[in-house]
Amino acid sequence: MQNDSAVESSFDLAPVAEIVASHAPFSEGDIIGALQDVQDRYGYLARPVVDELARLSGLPVAKFYGVATFYAQFHLKPHGKHTVRVCRGTACHVRGSPKIMDAVVRRLGIEDGATTPDRLFSLETVACLGTCFLSPVMLVDSRYFGNLTPDQAVKVLDNMGAKRAGQGTTHQEGTPTCPS
Amino acid sequence: MVRLTIDRRAIEAQPGQTIMQAAQDNGIQIPHLCHEPRLIPTGACRLCQVHVGALDRPPVLACATPVSEGIEVVTESPELAARRKLILELLLSEHRVACTTCDADGECVLQDLAYRYDAREWTYGTFPHSEPVPLNYTSENRAIEYDLEKCVRCGRCVRFCDEVQGACALTFDSRGIGARINTAYGRPLHQSDCELCGGCVRVCPTGAMREKAARGLGRRKDLTRVRTTCTYCGVGCTMELNVNPRLNRIARVTTEPGMGSNDGNLCVKGHFAFDFVNSPERLTKPLIRENGSFREAGWQEAIARASQGLAAARDQYGPEGLAFLSSARCTNEENYLMQKLARMAGKTNNVDQCATTCHAPTVAGLALSLGSGAMTNAIGEIKNVQTLFLIGANPTEAHPIVGLEMKKAMRKGARLIVCDPRDTWMARHAQIHIKHRPGTDNMLVNAMMNHILAANLHDQAFVAERCERFDALCENVKDYTVARAAEVCGVDAELIRRAAEWYAKGAPSAIFYTLGITEHTCGTENVQNLANLAMLCGQIGKESSGINPIRGQNNVQGACDMGAINTVLTGYQKVSDEAVRAKFAKAWGGALPANPGGRVTDFIEKAEAGELKAFYVLGEDPVLSEPNQAKVIESLKKLDFLVVQEIFMTETAKLADVILPATCFAEKDGTFTNTERRVQRVRKAVEPPGEARPDWRILCDMSTAMGYPMNYVGASEIFDEIAALTPSFGGISYERIDKLGLQWPCPTRDHPGTGFLHKGRFTRGKGLMHAIRHRPPAEEPDAAYPFMLSTGRTLYHYNIGNMTRKTASIAQKQNENFVELHRLDAERLGIADGGLARVSTRRGSLVIRAHVGDKVRPGGLWMPFHFVESVTNKLTNDAFDNITRTAEYKCCAARIEDAGAPRA
Ligand code: SF4
Ligand code: SF4
Ligand code: SF4
Ligand code: FES
Ligand code: FES
Repeated sequence: MQNDSAVESSFDLAPVAEIVASHAPFSEGDIIGALQDVQDRYGYLARPVVDELARLSGLPVAKFYGVATFYAQFHLKPHGKHTVRVCRGTACHVRGSPKIMDAVVRRLGIEDGATTPDRLFSLETVACLGTCFLSPVMLVDSRYFGNLTPDQAVKVLDNMGAKRAGQGTTHQEGTPTCPS
Repeated sequence: MVRLTIDRRAIEAQPGQTIMQAAQDNGIQIPHLCHEPRLIPTGACRLCQVHVGALDRPPVLACATPVSEGIEVVTESPELAARRKLILELLLSEHRVACTTCDADGECVLQDLAYRYDAREWTYGTFPHSEPVPLNYTSENRAIEYDLEKCVRCGRCVRFCDEVQGACALTFDSRGIGARINTAYGRPLHQSDCELCGGCVRVCPTGAMREKAARGLGRRKDLTRVRTTCTYCGVGCTMELNVNPRLNRIARVTTEPGMGSNDGNLCVKGHFAFDFVNSPERLTKPLIRENGSFREAGWQEAIARASQGLAAARDQYGPEGLAFLSSARCTNEENYLMQKLARMAGKTNNVDQCATTCHAPTVAGLALSLGSGAMTNAIGEIKNVQTLFLIGANPTEAHPIVGLEMKKAMRKGARLIVCDPRDTWMARHAQIHIKHRPGTDNMLVNAMMNHILAANLHDQAFVAERCERFDALCENVKDYTVARAAEVCGVDAELIRRAAEWYAKGAPSAIFYTLGITEHTCGTENVQNLANLAMLCGQIGKESSGINPIRGQNNVQGACDMGAINTVLTGYQKVSDEAVRAKFAKAWGGALPANPGGRVTDFIEKAEAGELKAFYVLGEDPVLSEPNQAKVIESLKKLDFLVVQEIFMTETAKLADVILPATCFAEKDGTFTNTERRVQRVRKAVEPPGEARPDWRILCDMSTAMGYPMNYVGASEIFDEIAALTPSFGGISYERIDKLGLQWPCPTRDHPGTGFLHKGRFTRGKGLMHAIRHRPPAEEPDAAYPFMLSTGRTLYHYNIGNMTRKTASIAQKQNENFVELHRLDAERLGIADGGLARVSTRRGSLVIRAHVGDKVRPGGLWMPFHFVESVTNKLTNDAFDNITRTAEYKCCAARIEDAGAPRA
């Protein structure tokens, strides 16, 4: 018996059936593909969706979860269209990355590890991006922005359509509680 | 055979074995953390590195490298020691080394290896442990605690849950440094797919997993391990009660691979359900009813009062005036004494036990067909069955270890056919699931035989040589066409045909059934018909092939074997047989009674009719377990005198005149006989509470007080008397079953016991085929009661629940009654999943939680019977099997309606 979380109703689970059908007959080898399909459709691997995936495929949900947490490509929480990674490595740190981070946090209105309510940006920090010669560095999707100032960093985000903090209209949909 | 040397010792190994397995078989220990004999090797810990050939070649993993002819394996060298030390030091750098407060101290593989290789916990930096410990999936769970900071990520728990238990509740979450054990999305363990088998705790090599209830009850190494047999089902798992003698408490339960038929596995009840032993609700003093309430009494007074009441009925009303209910929960020795007491002190054959409630049709039906009524194969043979035919059996819940053996067979490619009106775990994993209407088993089996005969798939040589009345069978099944059965059973004809063909052709096939077959008004006929099917196809009397009733209560096999049945003495020696009577009369020093005697269901009817005056009930609760509760209570109230010998104040005990406080399985010595006829030791681990006494002692005192002296120094003396009087037990003694039980028949001291029955010859000579007609259940759905209600048990509870429900971690998983119904019916009637529903039959009505889904057929209802506050047997029908008087728990007409809002 699984915990029915209150958010379950806010997901349209119908597409899961199509995804499972497209992999029939479903076997363990289809787990990665099905998770990719789910992530493409829903943006991230929400718990009620993966529960449904497990139920319909007949495979244990723990197997899906294990795979989902093994690969970096999968997101268990709502994820933005763009991933912003601010380096907090030593070289960047001494050259001002905390200030960059402050500016980005203020601009997007979210903390490290979170996603903007409009799902446009997710913010992460990384230990070292391997481009210390550009420090301080910020990586947006696959583009590096180096030798940054806080203002420049904000500008990059503005150009990508960031709304002012607090302007977000879409409400953040069910983040499943994860006690661990 | 492959020949090799390990550390210069020449050994022989099986082809395909790994170096690790070969070493372990020969008692050579190679260091390891992730290897476990039941699990597929992963090579995760790399501690098992050994040299093969030259010492300067890179070492290989012993757990993942197969043996080959002539290799020379070296398991220790400076090089290997250095490698192991490095690995251990890296592990320790991520480990909260807290041996001082760890339950596993002294019994921890990591600690042992660290000591052996002198690995220091600070070489790579000491572990900065977090305080408070971060929450995880076990934080809210009452059974198990997982401590990430002591986890060495060997993955044994995950693999056990997946590969052995098949529950797949656990997984690795993330990888690298952050890796940890988790459930999907970290949901609390009891809300995951976990079946609480405890396996993850048992396989964990460190203190990372432990039982929450064991906390503070002593470090593992300080507990005394007492090897005994589980008290919860007919599988009879061998287990060790780990006892803290100072506290007189069972702290935890363990078991090891190779210890018994369960091979290191247990189910939730075996691992966790022992809080009842130490429960404050235990009866500790004899109680005597006075002026409508109970008062405490001394043993002498209680025995005097009880024996007078019984003797008075005997002397005044003769053999039909009193009756004895023995107990499938008690030991063989106690069942033997109870029937001896009934016959010699009570002078009546009115003795029975709960087999009448469950497998009496098996005992009767198989005796008629084959000559003896027991599982014909051994549990260890199940894994080699090629076609498993399950009918009316739900092993993953009712006999979990048999379920695990079947899962092993399935992993080896066995085909699975399940006939069950309900989607059990096995049904969901079957290649063929025949979801027939309850009560149509004979229609189905007859049609299968019809098809087998038509297709000429029967074993003609076997039938000609070993069976009789084949013509009667052929004649009978003629008009049971597959088309007709498809109609009556409500299933696809093609499925019936395919099932028949697969079963007939299986190499080999075996039938497994339980109460779905016996608890019908045609229970005995159902059993006879399955015997027909097995004989027709020659699928019996061979290894891994036969007909297997899986017995319910822990010692129901033994209670029957011991002659706690009106018509037979020990080992099914017939009361009606003059020679047998003479033998027992001589041994027991007195004539045996001659009255026919009856079954427990008769006792209740005779009490109702005023004919039965006194009743002695040992360890059973008929008020909860018999059908149509209202009538049972009314009947028992009419008795002049009721004695109940119990460990708890049961519903039946509440009606008693005298209550005698007894001991549970952990407090006495004796034997239980499991479903595969294996006689196994039960050993005393803790002292009984208060003045409670072992049942066998109470029985001796009672018999003596009733005028037939009984005197034994201990359980083993009683057992020797049984062995002397019972040919099939003749070769069994406590000495021989000290480590591993023996399967009867075991007639002589040098006999190895019997794995499968009926080899070459049936017990009765030729197998007798019977013409069995299909008869519908006593009560069928109609306009007023349009549903068909069946009852059964769940994984988490045992019988009426008075033992299992005392364990908090089980209560957390399942603690209330429920009814399963089909979603189409639920929609039509407006009943919500998790909402309340009223279920009514002609006998009573209950409001309970609805579980809506597609587990049962449309028109079907299913309920467990474990909950005293919501007694399912208020609803069931007191209609009985025509031969054994077993009640039809599996079919009665019912109505269901919405009764309230879903749970918040
Ligand atoms: S108790 Fe058994 S079923 Fe539950 S997680 Fe552990 S191994 Fe799996
Ligand atoms: S909890 Fe125990 S069995 Fe599971 S990975 Fe950790 S150390 Fe191994
Ligand atoms: S399977 Fe039966 S005998 Fe084994 S642990 Fe469970 S209840 Fe006990
Ligand atoms: S420290 Fe920032 S890129 Fe290396
Ligand atoms: S035991 Fe071989 S790698 Fe762990």
